[in-house]
Amino acid sequence: MGCIGYCREEPLVNIHLPGKPLIILHRVTEKDAEEIVRAVAAGEVPRKLSLCRINDWDPLVGEKLLFGEGFQDVPAYAEIPYFAPQRKVVLRDAGLINPEDIDEYIAVGGYSALYKALTRMSPDDVIEEVKASGLRGRGGAGFPTGLKWGFTKKEKSSTKYIICNADEGDPGAYMNRNEMESDPHMILEGMLIGAYAIGAREGVLYIRAEYPLAIQRLEKAIGQARDYGLLGENIFGADFSFTLTIAEGAGAFVCGEETALIASIEGETGRPRPRPPFPAQKGLWGMPTNINNVETWTNIPVIINRGGAWFSKIGGERNSGTKVFSLVGEVDRVGLAEVPLSTPIRTMVYDIGNGGIEGKAIKAVQTGGPSGGCIPASLFDTPMDYEHLTAVGSIMGSGGVVVMDAGTSMVDTARFFIGFTNEESCGKCVPCREGLKHMLMILDKTLAGKATETDMQTLEELSGVIKNASLCGLGQTAPNPVLSTLRYFRDEYNTLLKKARK
Amino acid sequence: METARLNEIVESYPTPTGKILGILEQVQREDGYLQKDVLKTLAEKLEVPLSELYSIATFYSFFTLEKLGRHVVTVCMGTACHVRGAPALADTLKALLKVEEDETTQDGKFQLTTADNDFTVTSARCFGACSMAPVLRVDNKIFGYMTPERIPAVLKQFGWEEDTHQNA
Ligand SMILES: Cc1cc2nc3c(=O)[nH]c(=O)nc-3n(C[C@H](O)[C@H](O)[C@H](O)COP(=O)(O)O)c2cc1C
Ligand code: FES
Repeated sequence: MGCIGYCREEPLVNIHLPGKPLIILHRVTEKDAEEIVRAVAAGEVPRKLSLCRINDWDPLVGEKLLFGEGFQDVPAYAEIPYFAPQRKVVLRDAGLINPEDIDEYIAVGGYSALYKALTRMSPDDVIEEVKASGLRGRGGAGFPTGLKWGFTKKEKSSTKYIICNADEGDPGAYMNRNEMESDPHMILEGMLIGAYAIGAREGVLYIRAEYPLAIQRLEKAIGQARDYGLLGENIFGADFSFTLTIAEGAGAFVCGEETALIASIEGETGRPRPRPPFPAQKGLWGMPTNINNVETWTNIPVIINRGGAWFSKIGGERNSGTKVFSLVGEVDRVGLAEVPLSTPIRTMVYDIGNGGIEGKAIKAVQTGGPSGGCIPASLFDTPMDYEHLTAVGSIMGSGGVVVMDAGTSMVDTARFFIGFTNEESCGKCVPCREGLKHMLMILDKTLAGKATETDMQTLEELSGVIKNASLCGLGQTAPNPVLSTLRYFRDEYNTLLKKARK
Repeated sequence: METARLNEIVESYPTPTGKILGILEQVQREDGYLQKDVLKTLAEKLEVPLSELYSIATFYSFFTLEKLGRHVVTVCMGTACHVRGAPALADTLKALLKVEEDETTQDGKFQLTTADNDFTVTSARCFGACSMAPVLRVDNKIFGYMTPERIPAVLKQFGWEEDTHQNA
């Protein structure tokens, strides 16, 4: 089974008796096995362990799954506070199908969108549909996907590539891992549709080496798809052929950046290359290349089958669709939660997350990973989408949400991120390499109680220079954790400064 | 690594896409590090300068040029784990295994091996198991919801004894 994302309640077990709802058991231990078997043999489910029941489920791309009726005393899925505000589009099958079995994916409508695209739509139709959906890249920058596909499609070249960015570099975000491990075929299907639209015959999945199970499942999925003729020559009898290769990352954060990623696939050190030229013109091996994040690809089959207009109704203005967030840190219910874009932070942290651990007050959330910022509790009405998170000094990034309570020092948090980006800077450009090193020194000085007001000014000035003068997105966003904590938690810096004056 | 095995690995990459890193990763996995001789042989086979393989080996944190201990204990230093107390885990591990650093590195990255070569303690950025933070990995096994108090019990599963490293 894949994973439904309620990590706090793990391990979860699904039970489906004929004609009865699907029952999810939670916090199951080995000791429970006997009780479960005994109950199931008697046509029952162990009530004590039952988290919720699912009577029917809409996998969006296929027919509704009807599990059955009964067990009315077990709460319905939609009544569980953790699930109620969620909307599953990306994780439509996660936890419900066996990710290692292509037949189960096909049974819930898998590959029917590919069939539709190849037999009834022209490449331009596909691109128009994706444009109409308003889908934006889930890798961080939020660039409109349909528009990006159009750039690569336009290029006249006999060889074009598409790449799936599965480097998932944000330490604290793991949604891409779950998407790959729980439903690998939806990524393949999305890429196949994209390749058809763009005119690419080869694709590469770039996966970080820290995810061996994801790599294994995708290898298996590729093998199965090949056996079914879904990869290879003349797929579905159409004039379209496609092959897919897996390339493994090797533990460098900057390789998530698209030009560095391409350098890495080519067997070089992963240092970003100046843009332009953009990958759409000169990408992998110098050929036009379209690169998208894992989660971006997973939305494609749904858009093709349900239509761009349907998709664009989910979420907020200019922010259509859902996003999977990883809710972690000092929060009661940790896990992966998929919500419509523009859902307020408050809903995520309190309704889904149930607030702090043991009722502790939450001070802030950090979103967007090392490129993002800290948002204080007073701003928790902020909708989680590209524009609104940027407006409060953070970013959406890949969807990491790290919750911090009163026990977390914000200066230490800022130092943690600068330590991270300083280490991960590829060293190619001076502002990023030298600037971050200097910021780190000042932050260490601050934490040691030795910094002065002048140091704070230097910190701010350095931030500005690094943001404006760095070569790639790593440096351009690296000062955000410092700037946002200076903006909202200046008092925590000040408390440390006072010691210096004594 | 035997040359025959190395050839096998090289031949498993029919296209240049992802080839060099893929080969090095496989060697790292099987040998536990990248040996000088292996890199030399590879440089000839792949017709790339040895210096380039070295710069790849040092750029990517997945690779090591020194032999690691029999068991590798990796502390996740990602955000979720940091917030939930990963630094204390790292300190406890270093103290228990008696592998203090000579000086604190500025970036917080470390890789330390015990004198008897039983354990290497190192850090990583997020295993994608953030919901179980803080997380430790010993070889390929993940231990979630860790506390400094639970570390001795985990280490014992891998043959560590309270006193053997006393004078190491
Ligand atoms: C330092 C840095 C790290 C990045 N890491 C990732 C990553 O881990 N995963 C990802 O999908 N995109 C990452 N990106 C963004 C990619 O460069 C690129 O914009 C993205 O893969 C495009 O896909 P999308 O349009 O589907 O978002 C990173 C960018 C920068 C500057
Ligand atoms: S931050 Fe430690 S596993 Fe993700």
